[in-house]
Amino acid sequence: MRSDRSPWNWLLLIPIVVPLIVPLYNEEEPSLFGWPLFYWLQVAFVGLGVLVTVIVYRATRRNRTDRAAARDAIARDQER
Amino acid sequence: MDGINVVELVVVLTLFLIVTVMGFAAARWRRAESLMHLDEWGLGGRSFGSWITWFLLGGDLYTAYTFVAVPALMFGAGAVGFFAVPYTVVIYPLVFLVVIRLWSVSHVRGFVTPADFVRSRFDSPTMALLVAITGIVATMPYIALQLVGISAVLKSMGFSGEGLSGELPLIIAFLVLALYTYNSGLRAPALIAFVKDTLIYLTIIVAIIVIPAKLGGWAEIFNAAEEKFSAGGGAGVTLPVTGQLGYATLALGSALALFLYPHSITGVLAASNRDVLKRNMSALPVYSLALAFIALLGYMAIAAGTTPIGGDSNTIVPELFQEMFPSWFAGIAFAAIAIGALVPAAIMSIAAANLFTRNIYKEYLKKDATPHQEAQVAKVVSLVVKFGAVAAILFIDPQFSIDLQLIGGVIILQTLPAVALGLYTRWFHRGGLIAGWVAGMVAGLVMLYNIPRLGPGGEVVREHFGGSSFALAKLGLDVESSVYTGFLALLVNLLVAVLFTVLFRAMKMDEGVDGTADSDYTAEREDPTFRELPDPLESAPPGPPGEPSARR
Repeated sequence: MRSDRSPWNWLLLIPIVVPLIVPLYNEEEPSLFGWPLFYWLQVAFVGLGVLVTVIVYRATRRNRTDRAAARDAIARDQER
Repeated sequence: MDGINVVELVVVLTLFLIVTVMGFAAARWRRAESLMHLDEWGLGGRSFGSWITWFLLGGDLYTAYTFVAVPALMFGAGAVGFFAVPYTVVIYPLVFLVVIRLWSVSHVRGFVTPADFVRSRFDSPTMALLVAITGIVATMPYIALQLVGISAVLKSMGFSGEGLSGELPLIIAFLVLALYTYNSGLRAPALIAFVKDTLIYLTIIVAIIVIPAKLGGWAEIFNAAEEKFSAGGGAGVTLPVTGQLGYATLALGSALALFLYPHSITGVLAASNRDVLKRNMSALPVYSLALAFIALLGYMAIAAGTTPIGGDSNTIVPELFQEMFPSWFAGIAFAAIAIGALVPAAIMSIAAANLFTRNIYKEYLKKDATPHQEAQVAKVVSLVVKFGAVAAILFIDPQFSIDLQLIGGVIILQTLPAVALGLYTRWFHRGGLIAGWVAGMVAGLVMLYNIPRLGPGGEVVREHFGGSSFALAKLGLDVESSVYTGFLALLVNLLVAVLFTVLFRAMKMDEGVDGTADSDYTAEREDPTFRELPDPLESAPPGPPGEPSARR
């Protein structure tokens, strides 16, 4: 049986926990391009989220044959 | 037609017409399946590839109301309105693993709604009914709120007429929406989402280039906000120390709630395979980035000295565009908001109709309904739901819908133990889940009832249902912090569910039979157990749970 468990999944905790630690960014300085820290850092967390989910996706991706099988299945269903 | 900006009206009408034609054409595309092989767009098949899923989920989750209400909150309350950003950052890693399990088990067992899953997993039609009712009640005001977005735009364009003539454009817009969803099902919003997002992104990119330049730069914008919110000893553009816990719990609670809404689940299930969903969890944050800029439109409005029409803060964004853009571009921006309301409204009404048909009508009202009857009921209900939303906005104070939506977020969270945790464990006893749901509901509603709305000077404007942030001091704790009500109610729910599970198990109460197998949760597209789900509103639902019938 397949499993969707992987140690890589633990990485997902980072972008869940960090944006919720409010004291980390509840300041005005240092500002960036006129944006107070509160705003630019939270926007930067968007990038953190993308980075981590991309890493986890790539690290836990199935092998080439399996992915091809899934693609074939979609193609098969579409031709039906 | 006094006071109506003709250029804006023409632009909006033109774009609306294009969208309407697309909405109806969506049905034709399906009939010409073999001819229109849009491949990645997946419109020829019955499920959506990465791109279309991105547009569909994006259009579904980031609604027109969000685009209007978040800047309105920033304009009125400052930093706390920015919670929308951490909320939409934490959500994707949070559900990354959850949605793929939901997708797999649904495609093996033929589940279309979250209630279908709960019924089969916990062998409990009662808990399924509770999930269905919660879903419908939480979704209805959400649909109505989409209209608030459209009506804010209409007000800005000069449609200030009282009574029926003033509301006529709104009625027409929703009538058109109702007809093409009826006609084309989920395919219509999927196609229209493409136009909507193109317009939204175009508007935002232009807005963040043009408006700060006109106002003298970002620093000026933040200074204006700082000045407004530090008056009278406020915390300026950051949060007061006592507001930090509330900010974090509001972001987390909202994130937990979003994918429990039936319309999010409808969007997720339409994806063509697990990889599509995983990729989307990385791609959807692009919308969060856009949302951050949209939120800051509220501060831009402060710097520009924009005043809302008739004290309705929801008109702040359209009014800002009106002042900053030439009419033709303001028209494009308005069309983006108006069309943006149609996509989620369509998906929400489809999701609510499915819940009613499958989990209430078929389960309780007419057990021997034929597939044809079922599809017919779903279609009619999707219409009723939309007209109900229009009626709610026309005949009841829109504030009522806003209050209901606030409650909606709190109550939908009460389905988390059964729906989300249920995807991982069957440890909870079905009776425990029901007890937890009841406790969470009661706790949530009692807390919301006891939250007053305070005016700028701290005086009580309204006694009840004044917001979602619950002061911990009311529980006898000696702190000044507040917490998001939904979060507290969920804790109560979980605690009661655990206690009653232990209790019922000790009493050896029947736990029912799990209608799913462990391997269902990791099933992939190419597996023999995989089956396509019925297209919502269009074809017959699959057989009863527990009879996995491979398609061929």
